Amino acid sequence: MNRAVFLYVGVLFTVLISFVGLALIPEQQLGSIEPLVDDDGTEYPVAPSGQVAHGRRVYVSLGCMYCHSQQVRPPGFGADLDRGWGSRRTVARDHIYDRPPLLGTMRTGPDLANIGLRQPSEDWHLLHLYNPEITSPGSTMPPFAFLFEELELEVERPYDALDFPPEWDPGDDVVVVPTADAKALVAYLKSLNASHPVPEVPQ
Amino acid sequence: MTTDTSPVGGESVTWRELVDRSTAVPVMLFFASSVFWLLLGSALAIAASVKLHTPGFLGDWAWLTFGRVRPAHLNTVIYGWGSMAGIGVLLWLQARLCRVKLALEVPLIVACALWNVAVAGGTISILSGGGTSVEWLEFPYYWSFLFAGIFAIIMASSLTMFSQRQVGHVYVSQWYLFGAILWFPFLYALANALIHANLATGVVQASANWWFAHNVLGLWFTPIGLAAVYYLLPKVLGRPIHSYYLSILGFWTLALFYNWAGTHHLIGGPLPAWLITVGTVGSVMMFIPVVTVAINHHMTTKGHFHKLKTSPTLRFIVFGAMSYTVVSFQGSTQALRTVNEISHFTHYTVAHAHLGVYSFFSMVMFGAIYYIVPRLTGREWPSAGLIRAHFWLTAVGMVLYWVGLSWGGWFQGVKMNNPDIPFLDIVAYTLPFLWSRTFAGILMTAGHVVFAVSLWRVFGPTARKLRGPTLLGTPSAATGGEA
Repeated sequence: MNRAVFLYVGVLFTVLISFVGLALIPEQQLGSIEPLVDDDGTEYPVAPSGQVAHGRRVYVSLGCMYCHSQQVRPPGFGADLDRGWGSRRTVARDHIYDRPPLLGTMRTGPDLANIGLRQPSEDWHLLHLYNPEITSPGSTMPPFAFLFEELELEVERPYDALDFPPEWDPGDDVVVVPTADAKALVAYLKSLNASHPVPEVPQ
Repeated sequence: MTTDTSPVGGESVTWRELVDRSTAVPVMLFFASSVFWLLLGSALAIAASVKLHTPGFLGDWAWLTFGRVRPAHLNTVIYGWGSMAGIGVLLWLQARLCRVKLALEVPLIVACALWNVAVAGGTISILSGGGTSVEWLEFPYYWSFLFAGIFAIIMASSLTMFSQRQVGHVYVSQWYLFGAILWFPFLYALANALIHANLATGVVQASANWWFAHNVLGLWFTPIGLAAVYYLLPKVLGRPIHSYYLSILGFWTLALFYNWAGTHHLIGGPLPAWLITVGTVGSVMMFIPVVTVAINHHMTTKGHFHKLKTSPTLRFIVFGAMSYTVVSFQGSTQALRTVNEISHFTHYTVAHAHLGVYSFFSMVMFGAIYYIVPRLTGREWPSAGLIRAHFWLTAVGMVLYWVGLSWGGWFQGVKMNNPDIPFLDIVAYTLPFLWSRTFAGILMTAGHVVFAVSLWRVFGPTARKLRGPTLLGTPSAATGGEA
């Protein structure tokens, strides 16, 4: 095999056709998916904005996706639906505003595609982020205490101070307050909800 | 069956010395840098591993949280260790096989320095919160311009040497090097455009992501690794590659099928069924190049396995080549839906990834560096004991790593697919295997430290001038070839 031209053309051709097959054709097929519009004019999905968009940036920055997926596999493939991680499989439409898509490839922790639906309590999320052992004994999730501030209680207890269960109470003169990043992250987690009916998945 | 014209023979030594010396400075800089990143990447790996069973470990600082340390580990070993060692090997092999002096020496020295800047900058970006959460492309997009610019220099050097080649015959290693040098920039530039510049929408970015990430192994590390094996195996054994036709078949089937395998990382995900099926088909078709290459290498080595006892290069290379067969077989089966239903989302995949990047590629790079450095510097490795320690620490560490995480990961997947088992019970089940991984990682890291000391001492005052190769024992009289 001594013809350099043959090598050049062959090597570039093989990678080019895979680019067409795995990027261009899928883009052709999926790039034009539009959000659904309900009777009352609301859209699904909605692009993250404000605090939710801020929270999504925190999620990306802290690398949450290295342990948590955001995708529900179809019935008969894994136990995602039986575990209550969703009411239907997730589809491409769920992710049209998800850039980059945070599908994840690892489930050291549970799937989060519907965490906003499964765990709507802001207080729960904040305690869980501060120290996962408080809400989920035996969890190996790292504590994100650096997203909170410990303050000495002065005159009035801040409105957003965490309410600890008695055995975790840091004491009478200390309060723990979430930073803006912590609140935004919780807002993002609470926004994760892929239960809206879609035509791709028969009811 | 015809035999290939291998780069074995009794030509005069002078051209080889000339070529080797011309590559010395840039190639040694790439090797030394790669070992630095290997050490840093190993430290990050141990930190990440400990955090998985002891989550409070170094948990008070955002920049050392698991979700940052893990991608920092991956990117330092991929772009720092693997790519820099690979570029060093690629440049040296290309010069030797073309029988020309290294092209663009000074620009390559600059390229090496800038590549270090880019890896350092990207890693700092990840640790300080700028990571992108796009696997294998975690460095913020602006670093990609620097990488692309540097890569243009490396590509120019390699292609210049190829166009000036003094040998009519193009050896199999050169096909692979040729592939690597064209494939990687193509993949890297387009993946960055599709994902970081948002040219693709939603889940199409995921498809592009795995098209890229899987091909970093398949079309960048694998061809460089196989090029090194195809060159060094005949060199050390002193006999030609078994079959030219198997070499051709292996190369073109790899070029044709590896490209398509990436979407098996998305089985069960929110993508069209055809797109996933293409990934599975590509993965299963990989049996052809893998079996072809395995037969070719095995038949070349057959009857000469005793040389593993004495040649450091051969020991690492053969360990790597055998791992290539195992990891590829495993990868093809993992792409089947029935297997993937269990193995996806578990530590089983992590074990598999290390079998490819470490047990195959990194071990081949170690072997190649043991061969190349004395020829560039005129100095021998200081101690056979250190080389032996390096081999056993990394080999035993790797086997322990793979067995523990594969076992634990498989049953993690089985349990996860049984909705009656609470999630936290599965977390508890995996803990002993995560500890075994930390232990294995410490062994491998100790091996890397030994390797670094060895490399350091080549330049130290205790270094000895090249008289004969450092062997791991006394070779029997019948052995030919080189160490």
